[in-house]
Amino acid sequence: MKKYLSFFRLRLAMGLEYRVAALAGLTTQFFWGFMLIGAYRAFYESNPSAFPMTFQAMVSYIWLQQAFLAFFNTWRYDNDIFSLITDGGISYELARPVDLYRMWYAKNLAMRISEAALRFAPVLLLAVLLPQPFRLGKPASPAHLLLFLCTMTTGLLLMIAFVMILYGLCMRTVSPTGIRLFIPAIAEFLSGQIIPLPFFPEKMRKVLELLPFAGMQNVPLRIYGGDLSGDAMWMSIALQIFWLGVFLVLGKLLFRSTVRRAVVQGG
Amino acid sequence: MKNHAFRLYRHYISINVRSAMQYKASFVLTILGQTLATVSTLLSLVFIFRRFPNVKGFTINDVILCCGIVQMQFAAAEMWARGFDRFAETVRKADFDRILLRPRNQILQVLGSQFEISRIGRLIQGILMLVYGFLKAGISWNFMKVLTLVHMLFAGTMLFSGLHMIRASLCFFTLQGLEFMNIFTDGFREHGKYPLSIYGDKFLLVCTFIIPYALTQYYPLLYLLGKRTDWWLAFLPLLALLFLIPCFLLWRIGVRHYQSAGS
Repeated sequence: MKKYLSFFRLRLAMGLEYRVAALAGLTTQFFWGFMLIGAYRAFYESNPSAFPMTFQAMVSYIWLQQAFLAFFNTWRYDNDIFSLITDGGISYELARPVDLYRMWYAKNLAMRISEAALRFAPVLLLAVLLPQPFRLGKPASPAHLLLFLCTMTTGLLLMIAFVMILYGLCMRTVSPTGIRLFIPAIAEFLSGQIIPLPFFPEKMRKVLELLPFAGMQNVPLRIYGGDLSGDAMWMSIALQIFWLGVFLVLGKLLFRSTVRRAVVQGG
Repeated sequence: MKNHAFRLYRHYISINVRSAMQYKASFVLTILGQTLATVSTLLSLVFIFRRFPNVKGFTINDVILCCGIVQMQFAAAEMWARGFDRFAETVRKADFDRILLRPRNQILQVLGSQFEISRIGRLIQGILMLVYGFLKAGISWNFMKVLTLVHMLFAGTMLFSGLHMIRASLCFFTLQGLEFMNIFTDGFREHGKYPLSIYGDKFLLVCTFIIPYALTQYYPLLYLLGKRTDWWLAFLPLLALLFLIPCFLLWRIGVRHYQSAGS
């Protein structure tokens, strides 16, 4: 466990060096949040009763989504890992006395945490200071805040377990471009990144809420504002943990069978 | 001389397109990726407009039309002004030295250095949205409306290109890419799918007088959709071309400030 912790710490320190990129990132995220709320406000004013969430919960959803984009961005991968896969550098990784799955898991976790660490606080701070209706409100209750933090952690772990499966699939194909292009796009849509799941048609939403993608940003972000509460909330937390388990096992199995018959590219 | 420049530019494009075509698989995949992004944007619009019949008076057809136009402006600018977009690399690798040494217009050479043919995917999707919006919104064509559309597309493309040019000019001072400039290009492509008036009056003012997006989007759109009939709205996009003046001046200052970074 100790060696994976040091992989984690190294990657974390590396990620924290990119401060200029973080500044650009948080400016973009802040602007994005502002514009998204502006558009939703226009819809809300057109017909408040058709809005599927309270407006306050929606505003919270957007600000938290922008602040923690690094956690739940389905497009964020470690490019070093992809180049290891395509240019054959992976043979060095395999020669080390470490478990490839755990090492990459630790690195990806550290990468996302370091990126979020540099961005979330300024975005949230600005969001709290904004005038209404743009202001980020308080959590629905202290219990909701606590559950938000817990489910965000589970959501992040689930996100990385999902990314690991993708790396595993890429190791199996010679040209992984297709996988890298399509799966993140589909996951992005189904996880509520483009529009929150309550905006989907009722029947579709019911199905989507059972899928693993709902456990990524959808659960924590809706718990914070109280949009997800009571039985529905406990149900989605259970599903989130269930899918985390499934993805971890799947990923490990995939890695084990892939490494056993690995073909190294390049010379 | 003019004719000569045009021939040189055409030659540059032909080289770029031919080299991109050497990687057909990557070209096709890029276009498929763009298609997927467009499909998810359209799906999200369909889902939202199932709940709300209109937003501040605009129906889904109006929004798809608007979205198509902005997509086309953005894609065309990315296609032909890609050299400015990628300019940080040119400065860092001191490739700009070579450009300065040649007895040809610098801007022409920068524009010619890249031509992103893969943006044709977005461009075609933009056309399809435009056609769909036109048919569904029940717009009756006439000469003035076609002219309005041409003005919108031309001026919008120029506006995006100007923003790319500002970004490139700033590279002379910073020597690195300025990611935050994406707010002004990708940001408008993404959030400009809705007519800008929905974001409120103050925002519309900024987009009229500071960065004149609204001149190429909202006001002429009203004319296209028949919501307003003042003839001058058809020519309003051309006023946005004034934005190119400061872009050009900034570029000139940047070039004068340039110190080679190469060895």
